[in-house]
Amino acid sequence: MAQVMSAEDLSRAIRRIAHEILERHRGADHVVLVGIHSRGVPLAEEIADAIDLFERVKVPVGELDIGLYRDDLGLRPTTRLSRTLIPVDLTSETVILVDDVLFTGRTIRSALDALADLGRPEKVELAVMVDRGHRELPIRADYVGKNIPTASEERVAVRLQSVDGTSGVWIGSEDES
Amino acid sequence: MTAEILLKGGSVLTPHGVLETDVLVGDKVLAVGEGLVADHVIDASGCWIGPGLVDLHVHLREPGQEWKEDVGSGSAAAAAGGFTAILAMPNTEPAIDSGHLARFVADRGVTTGLVQVVPVGALTLGREGAQLSHLDDLWAAGVRVFSDDGDSVADAGLLRSAMEYLAHRGGVVAQHAEDPGLARGGHMHEGAVSSRLGMRALPAVAEEVVVARDLALVKLTGCRYHVQHVSTRGTVELVRAAKAEGLAVTAEVAPHHLTFTDERVLSMDPDYKMYPPLRTGADVDALRSALEDGTIDAVATDHAPHAAAEGEVPFEEAPRGVIGLETAVAAVMMAVELDQSTFFDRLSIAPARIAGLTEQGLPVEVGSPANLVVIDPGMEWTAGPFVSRSQNSPWKGQQMRGRAIATIHAGRLTHEVVAV
Amino acid sequence: MRHLLTTESLTRAEIEELLDLADEFTDVLGREIPKVPALRGLTVGTLFFEPSTRTRLSFERAAKALSADVMSFSPSTSSLSKGESLKDTVLTLQAMGCDLMVVRHKATGAPWRVAEWTDCPVVNGGDGAHQHPTQALLDSLTVRRHFGKLDGLHIAIVGDIRHSRVARSDLFAMSTLGARVTMVAPPTLLPLDIDDWPCDVSFELDDVLGGMDVVYLLRIQAERGGATVFPSLPEYVQRFGMTRARFDRLSPEAVVMHPGPMNRGVEIAPEVADHPRSLVLDQVRAGVAVRMAVLFRLGQAVRTEVPS
Repeated sequence: MAQVMSAEDLSRAIRRIAHEILERHRGADHVVLVGIHSRGVPLAEEIADAIDLFERVKVPVGELDIGLYRDDLGLRPTTRLSRTLIPVDLTSETVILVDDVLFTGRTIRSALDALADLGRPEKVELAVMVDRGHRELPIRADYVGKNIPTASEERVAVRLQSVDGTSGVWIGSEDES
Repeated sequence: MTAEILLKGGSVLTPHGVLETDVLVGDKVLAVGEGLVADHVIDASGCWIGPGLVDLHVHLREPGQEWKEDVGSGSAAAAAGGFTAILAMPNTEPAIDSGHLARFVADRGVTTGLVQVVPVGALTLGREGAQLSHLDDLWAAGVRVFSDDGDSVADAGLLRSAMEYLAHRGGVVAQHAEDPGLARGGHMHEGAVSSRLGMRALPAVAEEVVVARDLALVKLTGCRYHVQHVSTRGTVELVRAAKAEGLAVTAEVAPHHLTFTDERVLSMDPDYKMYPPLRTGADVDALRSALEDGTIDAVATDHAPHAAAEGEVPFEEAPRGVIGLETAVAAVMMAVELDQSTFFDRLSIAPARIAGLTEQGLPVEVGSPANLVVIDPGMEWTAGPFVSRSQNSPWKGQQMRGRAIATIHAGRLTHEVVAV
Repeated sequence: MRHLLTTESLTRAEIEELLDLADEFTDVLGREIPKVPALRGLTVGTLFFEPSTRTRLSFERAAKALSADVMSFSPSTSSLSKGESLKDTVLTLQAMGCDLMVVRHKATGAPWRVAEWTDCPVVNGGDGAHQHPTQALLDSLTVRRHFGKLDGLHIAIVGDIRHSRVARSDLFAMSTLGARVTMVAPPTLLPLDIDDWPCDVSFELDDVLGGMDVVYLLRIQAERGGATVFPSLPEYVQRFGMTRARFDRLSPEAVVMHPGPMNRGVEIAPEVADHPRSLVLDQVRAGVAVRMAVLFRLGQAVRTEVPS
């Protein structure tokens, strides 16, 4: 697979997204980051750390498993569920969903359904590290680390130090891994 | 006048032992020897020829449950299995407890003309275990064997009466040995497998206490006594001891009890549901050696047909019993090694003697009855579909070895396996 | 896993996966909207040929919390009395669009036969005195939540073992999870020939009471007290009942469990049933989550088979 973002690119993008969030919301009050399992959770934490660094504000970070909301259940016969944890009442908060790659939009659609069962936030936004195109639903991201044009059969892998032991973004064909 | 049939090239059971020779059959055995000719020749090379098989234990379901079987379909199944005489159990609806019912069954057999159908009479009226059936009336209709098969005669006093009443004439009391208090509606053998399945079960002693009790009554009354479908090692020991004592006791075993153990019930398949139930490996071993050494006199199939839909229920709700006429020869051959004369003794000569049938179970010689079977002990075949109206067989679809390839009843060819 | 019929053949990994799933579903059930769309579009049939309101409700609650539709079948509303065979009943429900069947039947093995006849995954909701796997899972989950694990725990199952599907199911699940199980009953209520079962056996509750972490009391069927398998209910209580006095002799961390419905004053004293160290209601709560886990896991297979 070919590396398209280095570790340094990635952390620069995270810092930029943190700045954009702070700018758009004039600070981070009433912002909750909710990471989508699995890579979205550490990404959300890194964004929260960056916000803390810039503004000395601890933004709450939640975790969302969308396994029970998928529309392709069974195409993934070994779905295992991860923890869903929303640390604060979402009413009148702005939730920023965080995921690694935005592709068809179906994961985000499932996440929005799951979120709706968990509370009624004032506003929901979406932050992704990579937008690779090929949307099948009317969904777009508010914060994007990098737009990477891809062929639909290609694979995009976002790797994070805390999970994978290395950081960066790779792109390659389906059968390589 | 019947067409003459030549059985060519087999091993023939004669009064003088087994001979390699040919047999010419008409309305009697017409000739035994070489150089015989007939229009219809059956190639019996490599086959055993002997008297037609006699089954002491068949459920023909007529009258009352003809959707399972009737005298016609059951006779055809019997002929296909090599049988020329079958004893029809009286647990029909109504039960065969009086002479006209026995005559009806026997006459249906004659009309069908495929085997000799011998009715067994109920011991108690309506098989209800309360009072004696019309024993004299049944006797006058030719009945010599009496049983409430399906149920035990639980009342020892009533059984004693029946024995006393029948003893001096030589009638046979045949018992389905199952103590109702110990059986308690059980569905399988009581042991490790039933414990694992949590299924209500019949212990081996449910059979043995009845046989032990009955043997004491035999000693008291002198009546001939026959133990139906022996299933346990303990019963074998009781019968062996009674014979050593000189009591007039005989016993039969069913092919499925020589073959399968209670482990089969783990499949939940109702084709393994029978009464008495399949027992343990130790019981199977004891039954096999008892058949070999003659402690058990006869093989009897306990052919018990049930319609397919009746088996489309859980094991416990399925009706009791399995068919066996068409698989008996192979099942016995696969379970025990019997030489030709012992084989015919256990499946023809002894059962004919127990039932008092004068035209059955006789070695082949000039002038002997034209009730014969040709068995190919080496023939491999797949069991089923069956001639019987019902298909509830534990051997269904299995590879079998040994088969009746021709059956002759009263000079008529009632069954022939035509080579493909 | 295509069906869930028995705990005898379940591996430790399979059981633990179901219990982990059940933990997730417990969280779902605690939410303000205790419902997820995981099985939307699937139909779960509950075929209860033996009446049981509790188990049926628990399965139906689980199915609905997964957004499945439920078809309910019971003999009183059925054509069974008209002589329809079990096979025909099952094929009829399948033809109506049932995707997954939960079968309870008084006859051993009925769910196995149903599994032979249909293409649907089948959950054994209790067959005769044979198996009741979801009960074993919910009991295991309850114990795991309380103690953190089953490894090394000593569990007594007390009562009519011979006629109990709960005892059989729990034994195999709990011993697979590492617990040591002792069956306690008079000889007439113990199954015969159980040397190959993974358990110890005792005829006296008082002999084993002190060493137990869990005492699991089975329901004594009052109708069985009829002088055939044990002398009388008072004598049973005297020897095998979890009286207050016996409860006080348990180790201070030990808990009592019961599959319900309880005969208060027979196998369990009322004050023991209501004691904080009675897990009876935790068991009921665990039941819905465990059944969600089972339906979810088997329901995934249904979806997998549908060609896209």
